[in-house]
Amino acid sequence: MSGDIAIRIRDLGKKYTIGGQQERYLTFRDAVVKSVKRPFQRLIQKDADQSANEFWALKDVSFDVHKGAVIGIIGRNGAGKSTLLKILSRITTPTEGEVDIYGRVGSLLEVGTGFHPELTGHENIFLSGSILGMRKREIEEKFDEIVKFSEIDKFIDTPVKRYSSGMYVRLAFAVAAHLDPEILVVDEVLAVGDASFQKKCLNKMGDVAKKGKTVLFVSHNMAAVSKLCSTAMVLNEGKITYPLGNTHDAINHYIACVNQLAIIPVKERRDRLGEGKIRITGFSVLNQDGKEQVILVSGQWVEFQIYYECMFEKRFDNVISDISLHLTNGRFVSLLSNKFSSEPFNGISHTGRISCIIKKLPLSPGEYAFNLYIAQNGIMQDWVQDAGTVTVEPGDFFETGKLPPSTHQGALFEQNWKKI
Amino acid sequence: MISISKVLPPSTCGELEPLIKIRPPKKWVPVDLHELWEYRELIYNFVARDVKIRYKQTALGFLWAIIQPLSLMVVFTLFFGRLAKIPSEGIPYPLFSFAALIPWTLFAEGLTRSTTSMVQNASIMTKVYFPRLIMPISGIVSPLVDFAIAFIILLLMMGYYGFLPTIAIILLPFFTLLAIMTSLAVGLWLSALNVKYRDFQYTIPFLIQVWLFASPVVYPSSLLPEQFRLLYGLNPMAGVIEGFRWALLGTEPPQAMILLSVGVVILLLVGGLFYFKRMEQYFADMV
Repeated sequence: MSGDIAIRIRDLGKKYTIGGQQERYLTFRDAVVKSVKRPFQRLIQKDADQSANEFWALKDVSFDVHKGAVIGIIGRNGAGKSTLLKILSRITTPTEGEVDIYGRVGSLLEVGTGFHPELTGHENIFLSGSILGMRKREIEEKFDEIVKFSEIDKFIDTPVKRYSSGMYVRLAFAVAAHLDPEILVVDEVLAVGDASFQKKCLNKMGDVAKKGKTVLFVSHNMAAVSKLCSTAMVLNEGKITYPLGNTHDAINHYIACVNQLAIIPVKERRDRLGEGKIRITGFSVLNQDGKEQVILVSGQWVEFQIYYECMFEKRFDNVISDISLHLTNGRFVSLLSNKFSSEPFNGISHTGRISCIIKKLPLSPGEYAFNLYIAQNGIMQDWVQDAGTVTVEPGDFFETGKLPPSTHQGALFEQNWKKI
Repeated sequence: MISISKVLPPSTCGELEPLIKIRPPKKWVPVDLHELWEYRELIYNFVARDVKIRYKQTALGFLWAIIQPLSLMVVFTLFFGRLAKIPSEGIPYPLFSFAALIPWTLFAEGLTRSTTSMVQNASIMTKVYFPRLIMPISGIVSPLVDFAIAFIILLLMMGYYGFLPTIAIILLPFFTLLAIMTSLAVGLWLSALNVKYRDFQYTIPFLIQVWLFASPVVYPSSLLPEQFRLLYGLNPMAGVIEGFRWALLGTEPPQAMILLSVGVVILLLVGGLFYFKRMEQYFADMV
């Protein structure tokens, strides 16, 4: 039975201690002091407040991956996808549970692992290839292919620090794409490079999958997941919320989850990031008459309002607020921010509202989700992902009564066409 | 790369042994020498990277490999040889100190690089798996290139002063290995500790300075009272340096103290390996 299983995961869990941030800067002196204090502390405190600082990035995860399966793992940021991949790649150890892997694993958690800016493209191919687990002979055999794939042949003997970022990414991915293990673990690496290169990468990934390799693929790009993966699962808050099954259904489940989240009032959301000195407590969408809107229309006047609350009796200066719009399948649409269109806010205190007015909503009909973000002095204070969704109905943006078809959901531009 | 399924047809391998077992951290983790051997090309690649990068965009290039020990030699000759008149067992002081500085530099560089190796390569370690031991091992191997260059200078100096190496030169690889193993043994402890407590990388220059004067670099160990000489072997570098002088310049051989040195290194090394393997399991979360 186990003969066709590539990965068997049982009751996998990974616990982090919050405040690990402070742990990181722990000095030896602190440790000495702590170890002297510890016996006394044990007498005083109970273990109760210890567990309050714990956080399970992954909990009770069990599933089997069959040989040759191409599996998509979907979930929002912080859902535990990266932790799972890190455990499978043996970068970090689990806190509990076990994993058995039947085959060589190659992991691509980043583009350009091990690249050194001072070395030439040629040298980096060998270095990065060997760090990713390729043998010298293997790299030599594939060298020409890698160079060809990366389209940088003229600059192969130039230090990569002189490369443009596009060239760097192309070379880095070319090395990674020629990795040839039995089991391939891939994180969001396709989200780099220009569109045509992305397409090339996607095709390459597809080839890998067709060769009968086992692939675990994490992405926000639902189009890529549905194209590449035969089955998929959804992770949320460290747990499997949709077990391994049909990719299409998994994606729908995920989208439904995102929409579900939007129903939870922003104030009650617990899965938020940031320092928390300023909190986002609410959000509303208004029309020109100040009336709350559930459904918007392309081309209409619209005002977004973010409600905030400051945690201390303090005045905060240099505050930046963002609204990041994306399609419900995760594809990014646009970032709105006072840091682009005006100045950072000063004198933010107690509670209040921040307003963002869009005179002519440049979105084509469809469902959009948005993340809300507040930063002060460059430090993230609050970040709520998928804080809400808006539905945009067809409207007369172009004043011609026409709009792009629903298959082309995205941004609308004011445009002038003429024959010259 | 033979896949396991090809070795055993699926029908007969009901209880197939997995290639990789991932389990929660354990207290005692064995050292997988076979796996290290499998990854030997990676060690070579890391060493090649370090050697290439070290002298890129420098005007003097590989000369730097000898400038450091040579300038130390000049300083030592002036202050300890001429001014303090420290005895050098009838050997010209420059040669006396340079023969010691060569293994010393190998050790000191190896120790520094292996200690900082984990933290410096943190971005790689959090993205891909390889046996973490490769990092400190590469750290001790890469100074061998500088060592080889400086060694040629030493041979030239010996020619200039009219010294022929003794037959004991065949033992030189052993003393070199002992120097490397000393830096690995200490480097394993310090690199693992350095991941958690960055204090350790700041103590390195200080540690090396103190250790330099605790080793017979500027003075012969015959300066020590007879009864302490065996105990001096507790410092493995004492045995290494006396060994180098004996093999190349024909001074007194290091006797029982070398055995003590070897014993100390083995103890530190085995302990360091187990400590490293235990801490390795948490590196990615701490670094």
